[in-house]
Amino acid sequence: MNELIVALAIGVLTASGTWLLLRPRTFQVVIGLSLLSYAVNLFILAMGRLKVDAAPIVAAGVVPDPAAFTDPLPQALVLTAIVISFAMTSLLLVVLLAARGLTGTDHVDGKMDEDQADEDQADEDQADKNQADKNQADKNQADAEVP
Amino acid sequence: MAWADHLPIVPVVLPLATGALVLLIDERRRALKGLISLVSLSVLLLAALALIRSVDAPEAYVYRLGDWPAPFGIVLVADRLSAMMVLLAAILGMAALLFSLARWHRAGPRFHVLLQFLLMGLNGAFLTGDLFNLFVFFELFLAASYGLALHASGPARVRASLHYIIVNLTASLLFLIGASLLYAVAGTLNMADLALRAAHTAPADRVLFEIGAAILAIVFLVKAGMWPLCFWLPSTYAAAPPPVAAMFAILSKVGVYAVLRVWLLLFGAGSGASAGFGAAVLVYGGLATLTFGVIGVLASQHLTHVAGFSLLVSAGTLLAAIGAGQAAVTGAALYYLVVSTLAVSALYMLIELVERSRGPGADVLAVTAEAFGDVDAEPEPAEEIGLAIPGAMALLGLSFGACALLLAGLPPLSGFVAKFALLSALLQADSVAVSAWIMLVLLTLSGLAATIAMGRSGVRIFWASHQANVPRVRLIEMAPVALLLALCIALTLQAGPAMRYLQDAANTLHTPQQYIQEVLGAR
Repeated sequence: MNELIVALAIGVLTASGTWLLLRPRTFQVVIGLSLLSYAVNLFILAMGRLKVDAAPIVAAGVVPDPAAFTDPLPQALVLTAIVISFAMTSLLLVVLLAARGLTGTDHVDGKMDEDQADEDQADEDQADKNQADKNQADKNQADAEVP
Repeated sequence: MAWADHLPIVPVVLPLATGALVLLIDERRRALKGLISLVSLSVLLLAALALIRSVDAPEAYVYRLGDWPAPFGIVLVADRLSAMMVLLAAILGMAALLFSLARWHRAGPRFHVLLQFLLMGLNGAFLTGDLFNLFVFFELFLAASYGLALHASGPARVRASLHYIIVNLTASLLFLIGASLLYAVAGTLNMADLALRAAHTAPADRVLFEIGAAILAIVFLVKAGMWPLCFWLPSTYAAAPPPVAAMFAILSKVGVYAVLRVWLLLFGAGSGASAGFGAAVLVYGGLATLTFGVIGVLASQHLTHVAGFSLLVSAGTLLAAIGAGQAAVTGAALYYLVVSTLAVSALYMLIELVERSRGPGADVLAVTAEAFGDVDAEPEPAEEIGLAIPGAMALLGLSFGACALLLAGLPPLSGFVAKFALLSALLQADSVAVSAWIMLVLLTLSGLAATIAMGRSGVRIFWASHQANVPRVRLIEMAPVALLLALCIALTLQAGPAMRYLQDAANTLHTPQQYIQEVLGAR
């Protein structure tokens, strides 16, 4: 049961991460990389064999029984991997912001593609429409207030 | 312990300490920072030379961190190959530093700090004998290289670096997956221990072991730039500042180094049922990279792209040669690795010097001018006949010619020696494989392509240049280029001793039993 849950978690995280990684906008790529790194961290833990309710610490003075404690090495590896991927993701975020500022778009190639341009145009149209509606509403309200 | 016993840790600790020290100094005191960097790199060069001298012995130099014995503690292993790579990194670092002192280190903050950390990560990756430590050092030099690629900023650099960072972050995740799969099967991350257990893997686990190794190989091949994993390389390196690009020439060789080290340890001749696993991928992938590089060199409209695709050509040659799995070929490939790294590094710096006097688009014209007919039909002023070439231009021209000879592999320089040694070793086997013949053809073609690409730019720049303005070149910028090219010439003159050393290195790589014993043997 434990195995199934962990395997499903890794699978779902990897699948979502991979899909997001292949998206054209940088923010989605960053989230995809984060999900993938969660999946990889779980994977490393799983590679040390899953064991519930066991400490990775050997008691002093007794001959250790390998069956009684969990493998400490993957935990050390995961710790390192978490720190490194966290640092790298924050670095990537800085570059992403710089790219956004310099190129004016958040496309990974620094170019605005057709779909995105259309989308942005649609967003703007929607915003204009909302504004117009709001103006109309304000006007109506103002008219209503006039005695 | 005598102080000399600590030699293998020096290339890691010295740049780390220097980087930390330089970080503390105020950003405006660039001269002081440069001086400290220079002193530290000189010491590093001396240490690397001392390391080369001390490892040129039958046994490897094993340094146990914290004095824990090998399979449990982390070890640094200096053998001939890693000592040579450390020396190469130190030489390139020195060249890049000298070049940057003229003006590039003023183009953005913390150039010296990042350069030192890059060197530390590189040296660590070359020296470590532990797979997870290899990952950590990979991340260290990659983090520094991200900063350096962004040095001096600008939209082109940011855009190229974004791809570079994302590709490498994804590759790092694959590294973790591969390493942990190997750990799951073998229960160790020490490379020597892994090699020992690779031979005795249960048949049921063998598939998993090979999958882990294959995933690791993807990471190394992304770094080395094997087709089709190399799309990011030429554009990123072209966008990077010239001294950084010169340093990056060795970054792509880290992938080749890792393939050499891990592949020959885990899947060498003595590793039981999976011996030679993936050799065909290396050979034909290498040949595909070579082809792609040749096409790229011919199609490039800018000299920095010619340099980038030349890197791919050398990566392809190296991978195909390693895949052949013969000690003699590997020895020649190591010589080729040194020469091509030095030549490409010199070329990146040279391009910047040459480009200064040229208008934008001059390179495109160099490629396409003839297609538009005779655009330069106006008569030359008569008094230009017999005009002396200015000294700086002559020096630049000579260096450019030397780079072209080295990249094309034409005599009399060491590029020719390297290619000749490689081909003669490949064709000397009892039964010459088909891939060896393909490689013969492709290597010859790559030389032709390099000659054409360098020739048409060189003619435009140095012979048929209509602009009379000579680039202003400072001695400190010319010196590193001259240094790297002089090293290539020295490698031609001293090809015998160099080949002997590298052949010994290749032999120890192909018979890893001694390496394994040295690392695991408790002292």
